[in-house]
Amino acid sequence: MSEIALKDIIKPENLVYQKTKLMTDKPLSYCPGCGHGTTHRLVMEIIEELGKEHETVGVAPVGCSVLAYEFMNVDMQEAAHGRAPALATAIKRLWPGNIVFTYQGDGDLAAIGTAETIHACNRGEKIVIIFINNGIYGMTGGQMAPTTIEGMKTSTSPYGRDVSIMGYPLKITELVAQLPGTYYVTRQSVQTPSAVRKAKRAIKKAFQNQLNNAPGLSFVEVVSNCNSGWKMTPVDANHWMEENMFPFYPIGDIKVDGQLVK
Amino acid sequence: MGELKLMKGNEALAEAIIRAGTDGYFGYPITPQSEVLEYLMAAKPWETTGMVVLQAESEVASINMLYGGGGTGKKVVTSSSSPGISLMQEGLSYIAGAEIPILIVNVVRGGPGLGDIQPAQSDYFQSTKGGGHGDYRLIVLAPSSVQEMADFVPVAYDLAFKYRNPAMILSDGAIGQMMEKVEFFEPIPRLSDEEVKKRYAWATNGKPKNGERRILTSLDLDPQKMEDHNHHIQEKYRRIEENEVRFEALQCDDAEYVLVAYGTSSRVSLKAIKLLREKGIKAGLLRPITLWPFPTKKIQELVKQGVKGFLSVEMSAGQMVEDVRLAVNGKVKVEHFGRLGGMIHSPEEVVEALEQKIIGG
Amino acid sequence: MTEEIIIAGFGGQGVLSMGKILAYSGIMQDQEVSWMPSYGPEMRGGTANVTVIVSDERISSPILRTYDTAIILNQQSMDKFEHEVKPGGVLLYDPNGITHHPTRKDINIYKVEGAKKAAEMGNSKIFNMIVLGAYLKIKPIVKHENVLKGLKKSLPERHHKLIPLNEDAINLGMKSVEVVQKV
Repeated sequence: MSEIALKDIIKPENLVYQKTKLMTDKPLSYCPGCGHGTTHRLVMEIIEELGKEHETVGVAPVGCSVLAYEFMNVDMQEAAHGRAPALATAIKRLWPGNIVFTYQGDGDLAAIGTAETIHACNRGEKIVIIFINNGIYGMTGGQMAPTTIEGMKTSTSPYGRDVSIMGYPLKITELVAQLPGTYYVTRQSVQTPSAVRKAKRAIKKAFQNQLNNAPGLSFVEVVSNCNSGWKMTPVDANHWMEENMFPFYPIGDIKVDGQLVK
Repeated sequence: MGELKLMKGNEALAEAIIRAGTDGYFGYPITPQSEVLEYLMAAKPWETTGMVVLQAESEVASINMLYGGGGTGKKVVTSSSSPGISLMQEGLSYIAGAEIPILIVNVVRGGPGLGDIQPAQSDYFQSTKGGGHGDYRLIVLAPSSVQEMADFVPVAYDLAFKYRNPAMILSDGAIGQMMEKVEFFEPIPRLSDEEVKKRYAWATNGKPKNGERRILTSLDLDPQKMEDHNHHIQEKYRRIEENEVRFEALQCDDAEYVLVAYGTSSRVSLKAIKLLREKGIKAGLLRPITLWPFPTKKIQELVKQGVKGFLSVEMSAGQMVEDVRLAVNGKVKVEHFGRLGGMIHSPEEVVEALEQKIIGG
Repeated sequence: MTEEIIIAGFGGQGVLSMGKILAYSGIMQDQEVSWMPSYGPEMRGGTANVTVIVSDERISSPILRTYDTAIILNQQSMDKFEHEVKPGGVLLYDPNGITHHPTRKDINIYKVEGAKKAAEMGNSKIFNMIVLGAYLKIKPIVKHENVLKGLKKSLPERHHKLIPLNEDAINLGMKSVEVVQKV
């Protein structure tokens, strides 16, 4: 091994993969194994593949991905908690030729920002919403989210979510799919290479819809683990997600080309 | 100048919004300013100037649409009345922190809470001292006529963009609902996308081909950087205080007593100084046009000139009077006379208040 | 010249539009004007009133407690505004529906049978123009030609065919006004 130098490996003909230039060189602040990093990369790869680097404006949320603008190398605005769809509405309406997306977590999109989410969807704003659902409030240290599943332990449901006291987990993605203003609604995940490939196809379809001026909003949920919030190793967290989250939040398209998938 | 029109303050504001080259209005109906959105929807400016008009789902959404739209360098505006403006305070704090130029109009009604729909001036503190969380200021213009409801729109936009700061037109239900004659300024064309990009390098509307991407945020987790940012905006506020104070001084040259009043109460006070002068009392009126920055220096000049007392006439329990007192700094008497909860003083009541609280007191 | 007027009656009597036509007439002869309505729930069928000021000077307070002229069209408004007429001022009222007639001795009082005349003309909508005519007979603060211009300005184009009818109503009001008391 010792006789092979690094320069022998780093040759153009050996290159099989490289980071998109639309991800900055700043080290990601996310926990190892978290789905945020992968999803960030997918979104940026797609913007690059579509050739829209100079026509894209993204809106970051409040939550773990509050610093998304540090990593995504396009023009970005940082919204108040839950308000990203309102910002994106105005950006898109004032710059209809631009590609506009929001990137939001479950607390941001499905709790404090529910009204903004529902109304942006219902108005059929021609934007893309990327929604990371990990069933917990990661940034603030593992409190219950609107999407926390029944029985799941969090710091504010320490004995597990008791729906008789705490209400039910909210399937906001199924909810927005019912609205006439959504054109494409899908649920994906990024825990395996094949899931990542499928998620990329879905996110690309969402952005292509916007590029094609499709009549409505494209909404992509990505179910992710939160291994530190769930207090598991990354591998265990992915297994737990597959066994417990996916039955309640099934992966796949919910609405395609304005039609609910039966 | 065009023809004279008889219009409500709210209608004149709406027409001025179109004429000022506005790119987007985002708002939610509330009495007593619903005519603004009604006028815009009937005028359909998207067919003429290309201006976007959108009825949002709430005032929370409207102000955040202004964050998004203003953040791209476009001229955006919302209007509301007191309870709706309270809902916007979070967004305003973010907008001030991220230094986004926007225009917000408050047609004030009586409070607190749901209050009533009659004119009031009880949102002075909220407008001039910050309103939301954090150290920030809005540039606040107070129209006192239908003409000024129109004229202040382009003025407020210019200030907002000059300083990258939210500007507010603080009106009230009387000026919003009253009709007076108004002569409109010549229409100001909207900027093209290219002009916006050229003028506002900070705006997030697509990364420049030969430059860095832009970020608009009010967040910095490093407290030293956050302090530096705060110093930067405070330094901007000092420049605004130095350069942008506007007021009208009426019959102040020989005045022994000065009424300080803005908006509707300045109109009532103008009548009151006429009545006072008829009685042989040398009264003047100082009408702050910018409530922040406040005409502190002018008040200090009036004290030097020999004014014996000031009466702050407000449709509130005494808010602006604090700024008058800070300016006077104990040198002469300063009192407040207010009607509350949507009531308006009569000129005669103001005369009586000056006589009792300042002259006789 | 400054004339400060309150016009008060029921919603639907055309109180606000009468004020608007008067204000527009003032603009037509280069005067300053203000039109300040009572607004809110009472607009919808209850009492309605508007303060109109026409002046040669910059108008100070658009909200007043005393008036040069009160035009009163229902009992509630009589109860509220009779005592707010300045001494020596004018109170013009329509006796229709009035049970307690004005009792002040220090003001000029006139009446016009606006509702009755409008019914005779077969059009209740011109009631307010009859009352406006009566007022302009008492206080010709705006020239007749400027009232017609004001009417044209304040009516939407599609209603311009109604201008001659409104003009007839104004003339009828001028003829019908009666003096009750002069001081």
